[in-house]
Amino acid sequence: MGGAVTLAAVILLGLFAVWSGCRVFVVDSMVRASFSLMLSFFCTGGIALVLHADYLGAATVFMMAVEMMVMAIFMIMFMMNPAGLNPMVMVHQNRLSIAAGAAAFALLAGAVLLSDLPDRPVDPARDTTANLGTELLGPSMLIFETAGVTLLAAMVGAVVLSSHRGRFGDTDAGACPPGLTEGGPPAGRRPEEGGGHGHGGGNG
Amino acid sequence: MTLAIVLLFAAALFGIGLYGAMSQQSFVMLMMGLELMLNGALLATVGFWSLALDGAPEAQLLAIIVMAVMAVEMAVGFALVVAVYRARQADMTESIGTMKE
Repeated sequence: MGGAVTLAAVILLGLFAVWSGCRVFVVDSMVRASFSLMLSFFCTGGIALVLHADYLGAATVFMMAVEMMVMAIFMIMFMMNPAGLNPMVMVHQNRLSIAAGAAAFALLAGAVLLSDLPDRPVDPARDTTANLGTELLGPSMLIFETAGVTLLAAMVGAVVLSSHRGRFGDTDAGACPPGLTEGGPPAGRRPEEGGGHGHGGGNG
Repeated sequence: MTLAIVLLFAAALFGIGLYGAMSQQSFVMLMMGLELMLNGALLATVGFWSLALDGAPEAQLLAIIVMAVMAVEMAVGFALVVAVYRARQADMTESIGTMKE
């Protein structure tokens, strides 16, 4: 009975995960797309919970909730049509991509169906979270710490990449615009080229 | 049985993600395709851990590594998007046909 319920839950969650994964590339709004992706991840987390991976399921849900919020913000910052008021089709090499996706699925599905999968399910009574913690801080500590250092490197890299850059930093790094009057306070942000307030600046 | 179904769903997610990563023009949508592929990898890892490995904790560790890869991909990917936008005012893959300075 428990096995049947688990199987049904896995199938339902999996179908919903795949459906919301498809929705990511169908909906007209990029924010909706990122929320669809979030739903897909939630379903993966749900499957993990159903399959007794308590920590992984909860961590997936929490991490993806935050990550997709960040993604939605970037969607609104960068992309056209965040509100989804117009149809949005921004694809190239569409047929090749569909063929590649279908081929990847067929290949993997064939491998799954043709191989002799082992059947050694985890004991439900086992304290899997404690097992994971012991593993993380025991035999696999080096791997775990390496992941931490990798994340730190990614943070540093992200800051370096997304900041203004040059051979020795930006040319106006640390510079401060001159005052409007001699010795006066800095004039603040330099006006844009042709900006409304910029015209009178050079006359004095 | 359950493992095969989980792996099939994982394969489907990977296929959809591959389609998205190859077909989308906007960088952010492209990254969503990559995330979907990683989602499939995560699902497959969890399925193997739970149903085929007798609950070996190393497999859970592998899933955590997959999640770390997701986080790194997000951070560095968005930083690259910002850097490309600063350099080229480009948010579509077509806009950076050449990679010169």
